[in-house]
Amino acid sequence: MMALTFDALSVGDTLPDLVTDKITRTTLALYCGASGDHNPIHVDIDFARAHGMEDVFAHGMLNMAYLGRLVTNWVPQSAIRSLSTRFTAITPVNTVMTCTGTVAAKRVEGGEKLVELDLVATASDGEVKLKGSATVALPE
Amino acid sequence: MIDQQYIGHRMPPHSAVVEHGRLKFFAKATGQTDPVYWDSEAAKAAGHADLLAPPTFAIVLALENDRSFALFDLLGVEIGRVLHGSQDFQYFAPIVAGDTLTYQDRIDNIFAKKGGALEFVIRKTEVTNQRGEKVVEMASTIVVRNG
Repeated sequence: MMALTFDALSVGDTLPDLVTDKITRTTLALYCGASGDHNPIHVDIDFARAHGMEDVFAHGMLNMAYLGRLVTNWVPQSAIRSLSTRFTAITPVNTVMTCTGTVAAKRVEGGEKLVELDLVATASDGEVKLKGSATVALPE
Repeated sequence: MIDQQYIGHRMPPHSAVVEHGRLKFFAKATGQTDPVYWDSEAAKAAGHADLLAPPTFAIVLALENDRSFALFDLLGVEIGRVLHGSQDFQYFAPIVAGDTLTYQDRIDNIFAKKGGALEFVIRKTEVTNQRGEKVVEMASTIVVRNG
């Protein structure tokens, strides 16, 4: 991992993209078990259809975990002060996600050099599914 | 409509242990490639006390102890109508394998949009470890489809 510094970064700089494996039904089954989110709407097509959905769809928190990977691929996790996202659309099964990050702002607060990141997760259907942000503290 | 008397309601606190196996399973399920999340020796070599819990893991154990649907049962919300609207994590200290986390949930707000077709529940959760240190604060927006 490159040693990033606050001073070397500029607003508009980008993080290396994270492109996920395809989110298959198996991915959703594994995430259901690993996350403890047993809502059947993510793994049981009969249940999903009975509740007005065409098919099962990805857990929002699976996609947010990918946003987390995007950031921890770039800085050590200990640098992360916050991670937030809105889930702006449903992610269908059999989707590949591309996660991107951009430096949105730099500021100093409480003696820490903080970098604000805009994070976006876009599905292979071209639609933005998550609009997020993170704050990371970097050495000078 | 969800009864607004639950605004301010606190769920009983509950605790759960961060198990090695659970972290490894979560790492697999989320495609982690960094071994600090699934190899204890690699985590220790990188300076962590043990396997590191990744940034979104804190919400996983919020669902332990049969808590998955407890909030929805309390509010009379059917699980099949629930969507996740937004999620926020504020970090104060790392979570590692072997920690015991205690969750304190509070319903921060309940409101409706689109004439009640969508209802929103804001849940805030404070997570502390076995030393009483606050490790994470979480805020979740839960959307209920009534249409």
